[in-house]
Amino acid sequence: MNTVSKAIDLPIEELVHPGNRACSGCGLSLIYRTALKALGRDTILVVPPSCLTVLQGLYPIAATQLPCVNVTFASTAAAASGVQAALRAQGRQNTLVAAWAGDGGTSDIGIQALSGACERQENFIYICYDNEAYMNTGVQRSGTTPAGALTTTTPLVGKAQQRKNVARIVAAHDIPYVATCSASYPLDLYNKMARARTMTGIRYFHIHTPCPAGWGFDPRFTVKMGKLAVETGLFELYEIENGRFSLTGASKRLLDKERTPVEKYFSVQSRFKVLPREQVERIQQETDRRWNELKQTQS
Amino acid sequence: MHCIETGNTAAATGVKLARTQVIAAYPITPQTPLTEKLSEFVAAGEMKAEYIPVESEHSALSVCIAASSAGARAFTATSANGLLYMHEQIHWAAGARLPIVMCVVNRGVGAPWSVWNDHQDSMSQRDTGWIHLHAASHQQIIDTVIQAFRIAETVRIPVMVCYDGYLLSHTYMPYEVPDQDKVDRFLAGSAPARLLDPSSPMNLNTVTLPNTRPDVRGDIAPAYMEIRHCLQQDLTRTTAVVEQADRDYRDLTGRGGHPLYECYRCEDAEFIAICLGSLSRQLRGVVDSLRSASVKTGVIALRLYRPFPAEQLVPELDKARGVLVFEKALSYGYEGPLFSELKAALYHGSRRPVLHNCIVGLGGRTITTADLHTALADFCVDPETVRKASPQWIGLAPLK
Ligand SMILES: Cc1ncc(C[n+]2csc(CCOP(=O)(O)OP(=O)(O)O)c2C)c(N)n1
Ligand code: SF4
Repeated sequence: MNTVSKAIDLPIEELVHPGNRACSGCGLSLIYRTALKALGRDTILVVPPSCLTVLQGLYPIAATQLPCVNVTFASTAAAASGVQAALRAQGRQNTLVAAWAGDGGTSDIGIQALSGACERQENFIYICYDNEAYMNTGVQRSGTTPAGALTTTTPLVGKAQQRKNVARIVAAHDIPYVATCSASYPLDLYNKMARARTMTGIRYFHIHTPCPAGWGFDPRFTVKMGKLAVETGLFELYEIENGRFSLTGASKRLLDKERTPVEKYFSVQSRFKVLPREQVERIQQETDRRWNELKQTQS
Repeated sequence: MHCIETGNTAAATGVKLARTQVIAAYPITPQTPLTEKLSEFVAAGEMKAEYIPVESEHSALSVCIAASSAGARAFTATSANGLLYMHEQIHWAAGARLPIVMCVVNRGVGAPWSVWNDHQDSMSQRDTGWIHLHAASHQQIIDTVIQAFRIAETVRIPVMVCYDGYLLSHTYMPYEVPDQDKVDRFLAGSAPARLLDPSSPMNLNTVTLPNTRPDVRGDIAPAYMEIRHCLQQDLTRTTAVVEQADRDYRDLTGRGGHPLYECYRCEDAEFIAICLGSLSRQLRGVVDSLRSASVKTGVIALRLYRPFPAEQLVPELDKARGVLVFEKALSYGYEGPLFSELKAALYHGSRRPVLHNCIVGLGGRTITTADLHTALADFCVDPETVRKASPQWIGLAPLK
């Protein structure tokens, strides 16, 4: 497995065709291109309804050169299990199966099938790209929408509840590998995924994916937005390999760096415009507490 | 080989003989012993298959859909609420044109709960685009399961093999098990298409538009409506495929011969009782007894329910004076679904028999031979008057 430290060292071969149906500035199109480079040609994709279904294009157009089976919303992890079972039955052992779902498809409707697949210790990579709402149906709240965010189903005052920590839920199944990534750190994503490619068992990726359309920011700030989430400490980059947790990349460096105030992140997107001051402070305190803990365990 | 076993074991044996490669299932009474038997076959090394013990019926069919897309022969089985829980996937499997075979061990659906037999479960999935076959005996279960793979893989449409919960699934009856080499020969040349393959990538089940559009080469690609029209056309053509499969199966094993429906004493029958599943066996006794009293009756057991073999059935029925439809299902607010379909099928004929609908055995209510006898005998005496009471509930207990 080759890790890369410069974008120029990424594989040149593109598995995503130029031009797709994502909005301009979409974080998903960034990670799609990078991740497929890590997964390689011998991969079968399993995709439920989401922005990715649309990104792929409308029949008879396809945005990728990988075989892809579009499946129903609730079935992603079960379908990936089915592809994998068929490959085993046919002795096609080298082909990788990669399920690729949104946060709604993962944290809400698909969590049962995902939990089942984790418990059965299936052999595939599951990728959740977390744009923190149901974007394909027009920005409704999902299980991972953060508290205070405005969506079309949490209008006026924003979502009242905390978001689900899906990576932790999945990790509780004691699977071999769990990683969090961000669309703003493509090399971290590439390296983790290229490594996961060589492992067996179920491997889970949770990728923070800024969405200009759903979050309300200018499309040119996608990468900045994702970086802010990491630099404020609101989203952590880490790996859990065989139960061992370790911060990685930018988050690891954050252990001995000043974190950006969370307020900065909230103020540059319109979905948090009604977040009350006290709540911002509470979130800052909670983040500080969390990072103090991390400092103790990670140093 | 002869054996005396349950209907569920007959089904499992058929699945094994067909060399199914991927099995996924979730327990529900009365289907459970079928999938238990399959897991036993796999665990004992008697059968080389991937057995995926999933966490729900929705996932069971999802596994089969994906496995079938990747080219594996896939099987699942369920009953009642398990089938309903699969509903989204049932549509998906047919729309994606996957040759999955599923046994539906018929059971009444909740609420209220019932574990006993009727046909409401598979009837509620009637319009999903699957082929529906109904077996009336253990022998038909094993034969139909094997034939189902050939049929499904020929037309690329999934097949439901339905049989009565408990009445067939749990009772022991003798049947003949075909030799493995005969089944191999029967299924030689038949396999699911390998659609998912990195060496020839395809994007399956994508978003389609309301109207056709050209692909990159300029060829016109179908839209949703054309794709659905293909399913309808292929499904209606399936009748011939079912007949051919049965003929070939008969040549090999000596069994079969009634691919679409089975007639009993119908040649000169003035009155015909028609139904799905094991009830036809009970009705044979009724017919024998009426015949001994010189009432010319017969029974038709419908084996192929979808595609509906109207063209073949009509000539059987329109010579009769009356047709009595016994059903273990209801389209609530109207009448039995089979009854509606037979009425519609006979509409274009010049000679239309009197039709009457009896609803029987819902939720496992005992269907007595005496009740069947009375219903059929009364109908033979005065079909017109009886008809007016359609649909007539038979075996309903008086309250208070
Ligand atoms: C059973 C079912 N319910 C609802 C939908 C409608 N639907 C399609 S995509 C979607 C939202 C997907 O959200 P997410 O998984 O977060 O992905 P995103 O669109 O944000 O990329 C919904 C609700 C569906 N396709 N199937
Ligand atoms: S809505 Fe958001 S996630 Fe979906 S395509 Fe547009 S930018 Fe990407």
